[in-house]
Amino acid sequence: MGDYIVLIISCIFINNIILAQYLGACPFLGTTKKMETAVGMAFAVIFVLTMAGIITWVVNTFFLNKFGLQYLRTIAFILVIASLVQFVEMFLKKSIPALYAGLGIFLPLITTNCAVMGVCLININEEYGFIQALISAISYAVGFGFALILFAGVRERVVLGRVPQPLQDTSIGLVTAGVLSLTFFAFKGMV
Amino acid sequence: MIEAVLFMLGLGVSCGSILSAASKVFYVYEDPRIAEVEDKMAGANCGGCGFAGCSQAAGAVVKGEALPSVCVVAGPEGAANVAAVMGLDPGTAEPLRSINTCTGGFRADDKYYYMGVQSCSALSALYDGKRVCTIGCLGLGDCITACAFDAIEMGPDGFPVVIEEKCVGCGACERVCPKSIIKIRTMSQRLLELNKEEDALGPCQQTCPAEIDIPKYISQIREGDYEGAVHTIRERNPLLLSCGRVCPHPCEDFCRRGIEDEAVSINQLKRFAADYEMNSGKRLHISVAPDTGKKVAVVGGGPAGLSCAFFLKRLGHSVTVFDDNPELGGMIRYGIPEYRLPKKVLKWEIDGILNLGIEAKTSVKLGKDFTVGSLVAAGYDAIFLGVGAWKDYNMKVEGEDLKGCYTGINFLTRFATAQQGKSNEEIPIGKKCVVIGGGNTAIDCVRTLVRLGAEEVNIVYRRTRKEMPANEVEIVAAEHEGIKFTFLAAPTRVIGDENGHVTHLEYLKMELGEPDASGRRRPVPVEGSETLMECDMLITAIGQGPDVSFMNADTKRIQELAITRWNTIDAVDPITLQTNIPYIFTAGDSATGASLVVEAIGGGRRAARSIHQYLSGEEVKAPGSALFKKHIKESIFEKVPGIQKKNRAEMPELPVYDRIKTFDEADLVLQEEDAIREAHRCLACCRICYNKDVAA
Repeated sequence: MGDYIVLIISCIFINNIILAQYLGACPFLGTTKKMETAVGMAFAVIFVLTMAGIITWVVNTFFLNKFGLQYLRTIAFILVIASLVQFVEMFLKKSIPALYAGLGIFLPLITTNCAVMGVCLININEEYGFIQALISAISYAVGFGFALILFAGVRERVVLGRVPQPLQDTSIGLVTAGVLSLTFFAFKGMV
Repeated sequence: MIEAVLFMLGLGVSCGSILSAASKVFYVYEDPRIAEVEDKMAGANCGGCGFAGCSQAAGAVVKGEALPSVCVVAGPEGAANVAAVMGLDPGTAEPLRSINTCTGGFRADDKYYYMGVQSCSALSALYDGKRVCTIGCLGLGDCITACAFDAIEMGPDGFPVVIEEKCVGCGACERVCPKSIIKIRTMSQRLLELNKEEDALGPCQQTCPAEIDIPKYISQIREGDYEGAVHTIRERNPLLLSCGRVCPHPCEDFCRRGIEDEAVSINQLKRFAADYEMNSGKRLHISVAPDTGKKVAVVGGGPAGLSCAFFLKRLGHSVTVFDDNPELGGMIRYGIPEYRLPKKVLKWEIDGILNLGIEAKTSVKLGKDFTVGSLVAAGYDAIFLGVGAWKDYNMKVEGEDLKGCYTGINFLTRFATAQQGKSNEEIPIGKKCVVIGGGNTAIDCVRTLVRLGAEEVNIVYRRTRKEMPANEVEIVAAEHEGIKFTFLAAPTRVIGDENGHVTHLEYLKMELGEPDASGRRRPVPVEGSETLMECDMLITAIGQGPDVSFMNADTKRIQELAITRWNTIDAVDPITLQTNIPYIFTAGDSATGASLVVEAIGGGRRAARSIHQYLSGEEVKAPGSALFKKHIKESIFEKVPGIQKKNRAEMPELPVYDRIKTFDEADLVLQEEDAIREAHRCLACCRICYNKDVAA
């Protein structure tokens, strides 16, 4: 049990997928101008990453490892994740139209989110078991959402400040992200 | 190697088959037009339209929730393609346009000085901005940055100006404006707007019963954009030629320039713009919304009816106007004499309104040739009653029905009908004429009599000149034309000769006593002061009220129509003008009692707004913060420092000697340079700020 808690804390804070591992920086900058979109993206990622974590673990364990085809991992995962997102989109549209309308454009955008791919590959590299892989996927996703929301909050304040002309918008966003990332480094060594 | 190929093939096939199976299982019927429409859009998923991606926007277009022009990237060509898919005519779709409603919050005083703020949203977060004005433009141009089409630029006065040709109506500016100063509206939405407490309104616009955007059209005249000024006026008032001539301009009483100087001659500027259009020889295009398929009957072709019909037509409803008289115009055709409003001008104006595609049925009388019930039976979805106030009040004194005695509106109407060649009646004009009353009808009667060759015309009024309800300019004109005024005189008896023809009017002298409910000092008779005034023609013009006898011939349901104790049709809510029968609306004199033309025009528009709400299945109601005849307290500022006196443009008029011989129009239009100079006198007031005069 203790291991799992360590894993959760490590995934959310210490090895935060964006702020410590620098994966998924594109949606991190793209969807954090407004709190509203940041929250939408956060939930979409939690949803898809959980699903992707499970499926890729299954594909890896029961197919790739079994036949010694590890070198096909990247391309296989790309295919699986893309199909998964499409599948989820169709499923939600039919079964939970409200959720589909809520996630809106973010769902297809995740197809190209490197954080998803990254987490799946980390799970394999760390040789996690199924439960561990599941918890790691959910935790990384929560960490991703957490960073997104934090950053959106900060950015909404930053626009009100006296930002010099050349540093406005994305530039100051990157500087802010750097500072935010540094604060997350304070967690290093906790575990 | 072979395993790898097999594995990838297997993975591909299984992913593919799962997805294709899923697409069957989870199939949701989608209008095929959505995909087609999406195909015609730019596919940028930019969100500029306000929807989450192109497919959402396409869905909204197909559902009718968005216009074909929703895609802000595809431009007009894309809009035409989308419209073609939807089978809509892109030409009739109403484009959204951005309007800046503030004319310069930058003029308001500073509350504080703060360095380094670069965006409106930041400034607004700091105590609502640095100006004293809480609603005005902050002037840092968030809208300019937000606009992806370069359609907004910083104007020379430090507030953003929308370039109409470039605006696509994407709404990005409206979303970023922390003050809601920039608004995106379609034409219909603009036509339906009422003055609200939170709006940026000058005192004149708050006062105008038709709610015309006065500061805007004056600034357009100042910039030489006369056509723009005509369009601005026409958004609120379709009878600008008539109003420009006869309006007693209550707005000018609230002109803030009037505190230190003379008020701006607002009405003459309106007439200038209106005459500019008429004299230019071509009619400006008036845009009309797509047809809604609803039918409305407008009973009464007076100013209220014409205004209501005009706005209903522009909102896309089909309208038929019914009128008792041989021609449309109502009181402004028959009650206002030729020398104030030439019939040629009126005809041009009414033709312009009818040209929109409004049908007119004249010489049909409500209650005789048709009833409200028969209109309902004929399939009209809503009915507007603007029957006016045509019944003259009687003095209730002995002898007022002797030969040579007339009542005001009756006299004017009979004379106007004959003058316009619609009847052969010849009214014998006396040598010594007396008109009783102090209102505009009385003045119209005396000025008409002078022109008809009466040797002596006397006006008898029971109060003093100060209390006369007639327009000041009219009283002055009557004085110039040699009318004699007898004030503080209450008629008691009309005396006739043996042939039953009037010879004398007997009246009691009065003196002023305590003020009454209307704030005017009540005249009190002086005992034993009976005086005789010789006359051979007598006109009573002491007011008029609506004639609601048409109801008697109507169906049971219509007889339930509520009537007030002043015999007017009871509009339950004076803003929406809906009556107790939901599909009947009213405005003008029949709702208010005898009142101003501009009041009837404003009422007609409000009724059209309510009818539009009723026909669209919405609740008929006014916005809670509707200003309606109230003033925003802070906007009636009492001092305007920094103003230099500049004379108000004199109204050009025909010399008295010439004008009393004919019915030619007595008041003339301003010359262009005078109009521009007059327009420069406008302080462009808003709620709390105004333009100071720069030292000349």
